[in-house]
Amino acid sequence: MSLTTAHSVVAPSGTAKGIAGTIIVAYALISIVPLLWIFATSFKTPPDSIAYPPKIVFQPSIEGYCNLFTTRTRQTPEYINSLGPATGFCDETVRKRNMVIAGPSNFLPRFVNSLIIAFGSTFCAVFLGTLSAYGFSRFKVPLADDLLFFILSTRFMPPIAVAIPIYLMYRELGLSDTALGMILLYTAVNVSLAVWLLKGFIDEIPREYEEAAMIDGYTRLQAFWRTVLPQATTGIAATAIFCLIFAWNEYAFAALLTSGTAQTAPPFIPTIIGEGGQDWPAVAAGTTIFLVPILVFTILLRKQLLRGITFGAVRK
Amino acid sequence: MLNRTADSVARATPEPLARKVRGISDKGLAWLFISPTILLLLAINIFPLFWAIYLSFTNFRANRPNEVVKNLGFANYQRILGDQDIWIAMQTTAHFVFWTILLQTLIGFTLAWLIDRKFRGHAFWTTIILVPMMLSPAVVGNFWRFLYEPQIGLFAYAISFVTRIPPTDIQMLSNVELAPWSIIIVDTWMWTPYVMLICLAGLRSIPEYIYEAAEVDRASNWRQFWSITLPMALPFIMLAVLFRGIENFKMFDMVNLLTGGGPGSTTEVASITLKRQAFESWRTGYSSAFAIILFVAVFGLANIYVKALNKVKQR
Repeated sequence: MSLTTAHSVVAPSGTAKGIAGTIIVAYALISIVPLLWIFATSFKTPPDSIAYPPKIVFQPSIEGYCNLFTTRTRQTPEYINSLGPATGFCDETVRKRNMVIAGPSNFLPRFVNSLIIAFGSTFCAVFLGTLSAYGFSRFKVPLADDLLFFILSTRFMPPIAVAIPIYLMYRELGLSDTALGMILLYTAVNVSLAVWLLKGFIDEIPREYEEAAMIDGYTRLQAFWRTVLPQATTGIAATAIFCLIFAWNEYAFAALLTSGTAQTAPPFIPTIIGEGGQDWPAVAAGTTIFLVPILVFTILLRKQLLRGITFGAVRK
Repeated sequence: MLNRTADSVARATPEPLARKVRGISDKGLAWLFISPTILLLLAINIFPLFWAIYLSFTNFRANRPNEVVKNLGFANYQRILGDQDIWIAMQTTAHFVFWTILLQTLIGFTLAWLIDRKFRGHAFWTTIILVPMMLSPAVVGNFWRFLYEPQIGLFAYAISFVTRIPPTDIQMLSNVELAPWSIIIVDTWMWTPYVMLICLAGLRSIPEYIYEAAEVDRASNWRQFWSITLPMALPFIMLAVLFRGIENFKMFDMVNLLTGGGPGSTTEVASITLKRQAFESWRTGYSSAFAIILFVAVFGLANIYVKALNKVKQR
């Protein structure tokens, strides 16, 4: 506790605090400009997005979101006039650009793939991780340190290097471009983080609880289920969010091992193109939708953040 | 005590009943709990690793699976060590790792030190600063291509606004001189908060009484910084440096989307070379050998990391 209270004798002076505060606020504001720009661009029309000088004040439009979710084909004005009245805002906007909506784009299925793969792999990694972490925390496992190092070391392999044999293996097993293949792979990558983080959390739960439960006649397994798990929920939730963020953000494996049915959003978003190059409002719209869940999670996680990013090495 | 009672009860009862009383033995349970993880890692990490080692001694090409595979011995490794392109890629990687770590450590530590002054609202602004590092490097890196666009891009516009250089001359991604810096800037923007957060933990771990004692001894602020703050935060700084070093050594996603290794091969870091060799030229055997060399290098770093980690934990 005393570590987090202000230094009493050596408290920084008011001026020092003021200067420090100003610099930090300035850095924070500058560092979020790119993110604000993504958000702003997603509400620009394509001509506004590529205006010079860059437009800070503009008429908001949801054309980017329309373009993100649809594919469009160019048509002659005569053909467009021959159609019935526009069925919605997107339809109307697209027609003004001499185009008609041809169908839904791949964004929604890719986004759903991201959800399935991220949640599936997180569930598996946290499940396996909780069991292993409990095993390492409570029992004398022979070569425990070596095994823990082995588990962690798998995280240090460059993804592209791992991807070469995985690519061949998945081709043989028919797992290429399948959600199952990606879930297995992300589980393997995340389980190392889950074991290390959860071991730290479970180490902090006093053994006396389980011992008391076992004296009351519970078996070890029941004691684990009824006393340890309920106390580890915060740790498990934090670990799950870290695994979720990794799987959600992952690009290298997804780009090399998926191309169609199982492709996730990160390799898909950069391929969104309009006429004559990248459709930046649509890309920005996709990016915004993709980033929002992570922003929410970051705020939820801020107290556990340090622990998560250092594999539990640093705890507050 | 009761454990002993359970034991004696278990010993006195016949086998199947004993198992029911005691449940699974602790040892059995430990292995039951740990083995699924180990098996998964063996299947998804270790088996492919050994396959890659095998392939690294062959001329196998993944796009011609039916061709006869020839054993080349160490020829692939010899060719890699003599390959000019590989050495250039390693230099590019070293340049990238060196500058990103230097900038992130300097800026990150300074920010942490300032936040530790505990001005009003520091917790809120810290959270804002942390946001970039949680985002997908691929998706955000991709958007930086737009920010870097000469003329219409916000970055080029802001730089030209400050320096008065015409914005069309600020070709961050296509200029051979500037492209390596374009990836350093994005990486520094994303990951400085990471270093900052770890440094902040280091600064907050320094007990207040040490500063109080220094104050009693009339040590100057400057002296306190160099003899207390920096040495005591050093293990944390080292930890951050090692984590960033390993991560940036493997860097792929952000660079692949931002520059794709270009222009030419000026930003071709090791992972990009590996991808080009493995998935564009389909030299599977050759690229496996390169992958193994990278493994060994990262593994060396990982070992140093674990030693530093133990040092931090001992405090």
